[in-house]
Amino acid sequence: MTTTNEKLTKKDFTSDREVRWCPGCGDYAILATVQSVLPEVGARPESTVFVSGIGCSSRFPYYMNTYGFHTIHGRAPTVATGLAITRPDLDIWVVTGDGDGLSIGGNHLMHALRRNVNLNILLFNNEVYGLTKGQYSPTSPVGSRHKSTPTGSIDQPISPVSLALGAEATFVARSYDTDRKHLTEVLTAAANHQGTSFVEIYQNCNIFNDGAFVALKDPKLKHHNQILLKTGEPIVFGPEKEFAVVAKNDGSMSIVPTAEAGDRIVVHDPTRQDPTTAYALSRLSHNPTGPTPLGVFRDVKRPVYDHVLQAEVAHAKQSGSNDLASLLASGNVWEVA
Amino acid sequence: MSSAATEHKTTPISHAVVRFAGDSGDGMQLTGDRFTTQIALAGNDIATLPDFPAEIRAPAGTLGGVSSFQLHFSDEKIHTPGDAPDVLVAMNPAALKKHLAEVKRGGQIIVNTDEFDARNLQKAGYTSDPLEDGTLTDFTVQRVALTEITLGALADYIDRGDLNKKEAERSKNMVALGLVSWMFSRPVGDTERWLAEKFAKNQSLVEANIAALKAGWYYGETTEAFAFTYEVRSAELPAGRYRNITGNQAAAYGLIAAAQRAGLELFFGSYPITPASDILHELAKHRSYGVTTFQAEDEIAAMGSVIGAAFGGTLAATASSGPGIALKTEAMGLGMMTELPMIVIDVQRGGPSTGLPTKTEQSDLLQLMFGRNGESPIPVIAPSSPSDCFNTMIEAARIALTYRTPVAYLSDGYLANSAEPWLIPDVDDLPDLTGCVNFTTEPNGENGEYLPYKRDPETMARAWALPGTSGLEHRIGGLEKDPETGHISYETANHHNQTMMRHERLQGIANSLPPTEVIDPDGDASVLVLGWGSTWGPITAACNQLRKNGRKVAQVHIRHVAPLPNDLIEIMRGYETVILPENNVGQLAMVLRAKSLIDIKSYNQVGGQPFTSTELIAAIETFGFGGPA
Repeated sequence: MTTTNEKLTKKDFTSDREVRWCPGCGDYAILATVQSVLPEVGARPESTVFVSGIGCSSRFPYYMNTYGFHTIHGRAPTVATGLAITRPDLDIWVVTGDGDGLSIGGNHLMHALRRNVNLNILLFNNEVYGLTKGQYSPTSPVGSRHKSTPTGSIDQPISPVSLALGAEATFVARSYDTDRKHLTEVLTAAANHQGTSFVEIYQNCNIFNDGAFVALKDPKLKHHNQILLKTGEPIVFGPEKEFAVVAKNDGSMSIVPTAEAGDRIVVHDPTRQDPTTAYALSRLSHNPTGPTPLGVFRDVKRPVYDHVLQAEVAHAKQSGSNDLASLLASGNVWEVA
Repeated sequence: MSSAATEHKTTPISHAVVRFAGDSGDGMQLTGDRFTTQIALAGNDIATLPDFPAEIRAPAGTLGGVSSFQLHFSDEKIHTPGDAPDVLVAMNPAALKKHLAEVKRGGQIIVNTDEFDARNLQKAGYTSDPLEDGTLTDFTVQRVALTEITLGALADYIDRGDLNKKEAERSKNMVALGLVSWMFSRPVGDTERWLAEKFAKNQSLVEANIAALKAGWYYGETTEAFAFTYEVRSAELPAGRYRNITGNQAAAYGLIAAAQRAGLELFFGSYPITPASDILHELAKHRSYGVTTFQAEDEIAAMGSVIGAAFGGTLAATASSGPGIALKTEAMGLGMMTELPMIVIDVQRGGPSTGLPTKTEQSDLLQLMFGRNGESPIPVIAPSSPSDCFNTMIEAARIALTYRTPVAYLSDGYLANSAEPWLIPDVDDLPDLTGCVNFTTEPNGENGEYLPYKRDPETMARAWALPGTSGLEHRIGGLEKDPETGHISYETANHHNQTMMRHERLQGIANSLPPTEVIDPDGDASVLVLGWGSTWGPITAACNQLRKNGRKVAQVHIRHVAPLPNDLIEIMRGYETVILPENNVGQLAMVLRAKSLIDIKSYNQVGGQPFTSTELIAAIETFGFGGPA
């Protein structure tokens, strides 16, 4: 992360472009939080790049006063990877959605995560296609009725957090659009992570899928459903902390009344190298209509792809030849007089 | 090794075509490579044509499993790997069956008789033994028990337990190489050195292979069967230092040279595909030259990574073949729209779909010119020979960097794998590309703002500011844009103007090209033979032969296919007949007919092999002169 003494503010990261998302879209709240977080983590506009694919969320770079690249559908991780490999000095953020990142671009997401390229990937999950005006997405619950599924979708949705953990991601977290404090914490941790950080952000689409996350956002419901993951603390939730997450003998987790949990309550440790526990946590909820974990699932250290690769190139340059003439004349050479 | 050939009757000949053919596991490519090096070191001009199945190990003994390597060498400049072999080495019945029809009448055929048993004959589809049934009466047949000779030569190693029988048998290709080397009076010392290096970790393998090599040589020397040996004198090539080079190797070196001459790091993102993968393999060896290679998860990711690396300020390139290019097209459109410099190498293979992975074809031309959505013009250039892959790559980099555009580079399977001697260039004579790279570091707008799409008035290249440059933060993307700010614009008039501008920008590249070279020795030909890409060799050989036969033909070979040279159509108008041979069904001919309204005679062949000069001579006679003289 580039740092100087000069204190930057949200304004320094805000472009002069008029924001054109639908009024009431969750993207506004995420944009405002990202613009506020960047100066706090010491980012500089000139060394920050936002790369996006296609979809509502992918308009994001236009609104950031940083370098930006609005690429093509699903391919943002590929462009970001090429940039990260050649320019390890930059802070690169990928903004994608549930369609862009999990459907058309699912393959690239998986490979960026397993390589551990130095990227921060923000996946705005609204469980619907917005820009194409309302079709179901890979995260829509079974039975979702949209334009292309008038009788309800029949395919099993994917959990972005489970997918990321399965793809060997080193940092996996979840937050949601309107909780500025929680999203700030998660984004700060993501920015400080070396390697790929993956953040699923539940984002309300008030036009095509309004209320999808009401269980987590409604003032009356949220305290019953938000399982806030805090490092080093037992995982308990509810207005009176009356529920606890416990590990079962088969490796999965379940929710039980705290009073009955005894010493079986899982203590949250995102730095555990083995992803099994993090994965089990991610299976506590599928679509977030009930108790759902929020926070950092996993945050482990692993060599960063672009750092390792550039170190190898630097080492080769130091120890090897860059004399073009000797390269061209390598192998069997003969003289014609 | 003593040259017993001098005691023998040695016939001087001007050139020879030798083809080694055997099972995929018989080591024919290696044998051919070694023979090529021995020949090249002796100072002959050479051209090679490897031909192998797509399967790594097709069923042994079958026609589908036959792998071959043809070498044409000469005492004068040659342009093709030769049409009909003078000598065929057939390691089994399938190799004989597959290649016999192409062997010159009266040519020599060396067969490994040990493989001509009932089972192998049946696998090759022979109902009777061609060695006995008169099939080979038109040829001089040398029956050599290659397997038996090999096992005999290596008996000591087998007895000592250094090698088992099966391992020993594998050296039979070295026996064949020794024998053919003797036939053409070419010393095997370099192969001995090569074997010592290759098997350095296993001394008995070194000794065994050298023993097999010598056994082949001595077999030729002592047997009465070979009445003659041959000698092809050294060619009179221009003075200088030479090495052998394949097209893929030359393309890789060209990228490294271009990056260094531009003062940039090289980024190469690619996904393995035949016949392009060797470019990735070659570049991966040369990190010390500031080369970063990236094996992406798929073709699209490779293209995306190249776009990202170009945005970051490197010379960025990818290589693929037709099916992979099809996957890259959307991203290539993004590269065009965001006007970033990059090189997209297409080592064309037989298509459509998966097609013929290991065979050659020129059928991706229109895909590269027009295979993107919308009006998406990009420059297309094509090397003409294996060594020209080097120079053409530097030209590709010049265009990409100067005009800020993806450049399509059309090699093919023939150029990729063929080798020829290369006069090693002096590095200082290579084009200096530093002038093509001028990163913007200061605001370029009247109000102190940065305008990413503000253009150079001459080249129409847009400004190129790298991430990391303070004050020039900007956003680019695939949406239609305002002419200077690059802001999203859906204005109808603007889209029309921007579309026309992009075509004009491409056309402007032609202004930087030298006058087209016309080869018309007497200046009075009425027939013009036009070509592009890898057809240069056979077309040149055909034209040279026709001139020797008294025909007046002119030749023009195009490196820049898009935009075409400004003077090309005028040149074409100067001839009564324009003939355009292509290894496709007339793709450039279609474009040129449309642009010039000249009724070009299109001659086409898509057999997966390069043209032979013989067939081109016949075609030019027919189209240009109403039939043979």
